[in-house]
Amino acid sequence: MSKITGDVIAAHQLTQSEYDKILSLLGREPTITELGIFSVMWSEHCSYKSSRIHLRKLPTESPRVLQGPGENAGIIDIGDGIAIAFKIESHNHPSFIEPFQGAATGVGGILRDIFTMGARPLAVLDSLRFGRLDDPATGARNRRILEGVVAGVAHYGNCFGVPTVGGECVFEPSYDGNPLVNVFALGVFRHDEIFYGTASGVGNSVIYVGAKTGRDGIHGASMASAEFTEESKQKRPNVQVGDPFMEKLLLEACLEAMKTGAIVGIQDMGAAGLTSSTCEMGSRAGTGIEIELASVPQREPGMTAYEMMLSESQERMLLVAECGRESEIYSVFRKWGLDAVQIGSVTSDGMLRVKHNGKITAEIPNRALADEAPRYDRPHTAPLQIAPPDAPDFRSHDLTGDLKKLLASGDLCSKRWVYEQYDSQVRTNTLAGPGAEAAVIRIKGTKTSVAMALDGNGRYCALDPRQGTKLIVAECCRNLSTAGALPIATTNNLNFGNPERPEIMGQIVESIEGLAEACRFFEVPVTGGNVSLYNETLGKAIFPTPVVGIVGILPTAAVVPLAFQQRGATVVLLGGIRDCTPAEFGGTQYAKAVLDALWGKPPALDMDYEKRVQATVRELVRQRAVQSAHDLGEGGLAVALSECCFGPEKIGADIRLDAVLPPEMLLFHEGPSRILVSALDPAEVFAVARRNNVQALTIGATLESRLIVRNRNEILIDAGVGELHDLWRHALEHLLQTPVLVNTNV
Amino acid sequence: MKVGIVVFPGSNCDHDAWYAVSGNLHHCAEFIWHDSTSLGAVDAVILPGGFSYGDYLRCGAIAKFSPVMRAITEFAREGGLVAGICNGFQVLTEAGLLPGALVRNASLKFICKTVPLAVVTTNSPFTHQAAKGQTLRIPVAHGEGCYIADEKTLDELEAEDRVLFRYLENCNGSMRDIAGIVNKERNVMGMMPHPERAADPLLGGTDGLTILNSLIHAQVAVSKS
Repeated sequence: MSKITGDVIAAHQLTQSEYDKILSLLGREPTITELGIFSVMWSEHCSYKSSRIHLRKLPTESPRVLQGPGENAGIIDIGDGIAIAFKIESHNHPSFIEPFQGAATGVGGILRDIFTMGARPLAVLDSLRFGRLDDPATGARNRRILEGVVAGVAHYGNCFGVPTVGGECVFEPSYDGNPLVNVFALGVFRHDEIFYGTASGVGNSVIYVGAKTGRDGIHGASMASAEFTEESKQKRPNVQVGDPFMEKLLLEACLEAMKTGAIVGIQDMGAAGLTSSTCEMGSRAGTGIEIELASVPQREPGMTAYEMMLSESQERMLLVAECGRESEIYSVFRKWGLDAVQIGSVTSDGMLRVKHNGKITAEIPNRALADEAPRYDRPHTAPLQIAPPDAPDFRSHDLTGDLKKLLASGDLCSKRWVYEQYDSQVRTNTLAGPGAEAAVIRIKGTKTSVAMALDGNGRYCALDPRQGTKLIVAECCRNLSTAGALPIATTNNLNFGNPERPEIMGQIVESIEGLAEACRFFEVPVTGGNVSLYNETLGKAIFPTPVVGIVGILPTAAVVPLAFQQRGATVVLLGGIRDCTPAEFGGTQYAKAVLDALWGKPPALDMDYEKRVQATVRELVRQRAVQSAHDLGEGGLAVALSECCFGPEKIGADIRLDAVLPPEMLLFHEGPSRILVSALDPAEVFAVARRNNVQALTIGATLESRLIVRNRNEILIDAGVGELHDLWRHALEHLLQTPVLVNTNV
Repeated sequence: MKVGIVVFPGSNCDHDAWYAVSGNLHHCAEFIWHDSTSLGAVDAVILPGGFSYGDYLRCGAIAKFSPVMRAITEFAREGGLVAGICNGFQVLTEAGLLPGALVRNASLKFICKTVPLAVVTTNSPFTHQAAKGQTLRIPVAHGEGCYIADEKTLDELEAEDRVLFRYLENCNGSMRDIAGIVNKERNVMGMMPHPERAADPLLGGTDGLTILNSLIHAQVAVSKS
């Protein structure tokens, strides 16, 4: 057995003080297998050692929360004995190294988190961030990553048979060399169908099911906890390969096996596979687990204990079955053509004991691995500031031209090229899919539907992580409310740079505190999520990018679309024009796409007003008092108006404003708490708004095929809807096809 | 009318077909496991969409060897109605119950969207409730839906009035815009678009019901086995 030297410890990304802690927990020197086990369980990815003390600030409870953070996924009661399980997870690092498989296995991993709890996955959403496609130096690589990631998500989700129903796709130089791939999944089950990852009942059998174990993905978890360097390119074999067909079989077999009543606990083998599933299940139940690796189904001969314990081969699950009832489980898995073998049993001593051909290769208290990982209160200073505080001169001479630039920009253009590659309809529940305000999925057999949205905004958070995070929570809740849903719970994916740098740690702390404040205010407790740190390449951190996924519920009914439905309807801006200062204009898409600049601070947010605006639109949509509803987000009023014109009928609008703001800010500022609705008879709109003490401003009427915006008789925008729509609809294909200088060194 | 819906490992539109027949149309539907050697007492069979056996080797290439396909071939020979949707169409061409083949989309990408189809003939148990030339808006969701066959076969399909649907916007490069066909005996049908996804007003369209209703109300040529 190799000797544990300082180099070996460093190669496992453990510090000397962490190694000392291992020595004191074990009371002896670890074996190399034990060192490998500690290194993955104590990695940032598995242990949240830098973020855990701050994550405690998040609200996690409400009467609906059946399961908060700490399990494979959060669980929320949605009434009538039905519950939903949902979570978001990142696969950033693998997706950079091998975009297709990195993204595919990201989808596979989050789906297992859902069905391991007994829920059938009903929907996937993905939040994707890439470097700029038209960048002369890195554009070619960024396109390759985008194409690979989208194809990977499509491959896995489509074959597995879960609809991919929404998400976001953003391009920013900050993600050059460090794309963000955050995948959200949601499943549904009855309260009495919930399973947990616990290994209770001494003497019960530990059963391995699913794919065989190979040498793939060894040390994926510690790779995800380190910055990218030139050497990362050598880590390609660390990325796992996914098999969605195997996962589909595993899903059906697991759900069927759960019905036998013989399963006590079950957990998927995610990061650090056999290691994390065994010690976490034992730790939760306060039991020990003893396994014999020779019994593990293996894909190749000659694997060591170290390799098997650290393998991240996909599509594997560990389950604990009632002693004596194993055959009931085996017969289900046999029916689906899958391996299911007993590899060990539950013991009373709290130890993870790993034998290989009868010889003990690791013997560690489960709690030491799962619960006693180091926790750091890392030093933090004011968040890293990268942008100037003051605005440049941004007077425009061609506002219609500016609008066209925005509609054709990577962030705001139609993502049709992406989402048409996803099966967004399988299982026939998709009431609102990609391109809608929020994704809406009905739950068959009930009168309830679930709405979901993902939101992030690296620019806002780079300017002010606390305010930026509050704004994305508000935006996400607004998306759901505009679809008629009541937001009820949150999952989050915190993507940041190196937490050992105090100015980055400052971003993390500020962002988590902003998340806590907003989630508490909007009554959307956090039931779980994922923290992805060390998102840096060659010493340059990404924008701080928390991504929130919020779910809501609504009565099942045909959705109110975001686009105008017919001519002659009144267009009302709920929430009003709102104010904006030049400093608050610096994080907008206008600043990005038209001025190529970033400055100042994010928009102001009045959370109380926001909540009332959301209540107003929710009521109007549920009553069908409006024909269309679309919230103002990135790109502000002018972009939202354009999108309202892009329905099947290409209805335009004649908008007459009366505002003192400079026209650039009037049209494009991104102040929150605003929603565009249209109605043939707006009386009810005004009545509901008045009751909620929300401004409802009539700004114009719909007309045929032209968008005209005036302020005090000055024409600001005048364009044909067809022309705007063509620009918006085809922009992404154009960005992917425009030749760029290919730099072969990247 | 009792409709059997075949479940291969990797089928993932099986439940959708079941729900369209039982939930939307209130007819009897039941699943048939892929290693069944008999179909039971069904009046028609749907081979649903999905990725049977992972679509390894070629789409539908492994499914054709499953025990249930022997039973389906027998059922079809006796005149039983068989409808293959998406992956089901691929399986039927692999099994030789329908001519031609389905290959990679011309775009080389999976494509999911609602497309307009023209009903070419109403002379089939799958289209008799449609009007000739009627436009149906039905979703497609496939990576390998490009229909190909040799010229002689294509001419024969047209001459014998066996093209059921054509794409009005050819989304995958199919020869002669073919979206669905029927066999010589007119009791075995394959189509790439998903009628079961256009069977519920909540989901934005019910044009698929025209096809499913045709199937359910067809004169059944086979006696119950």
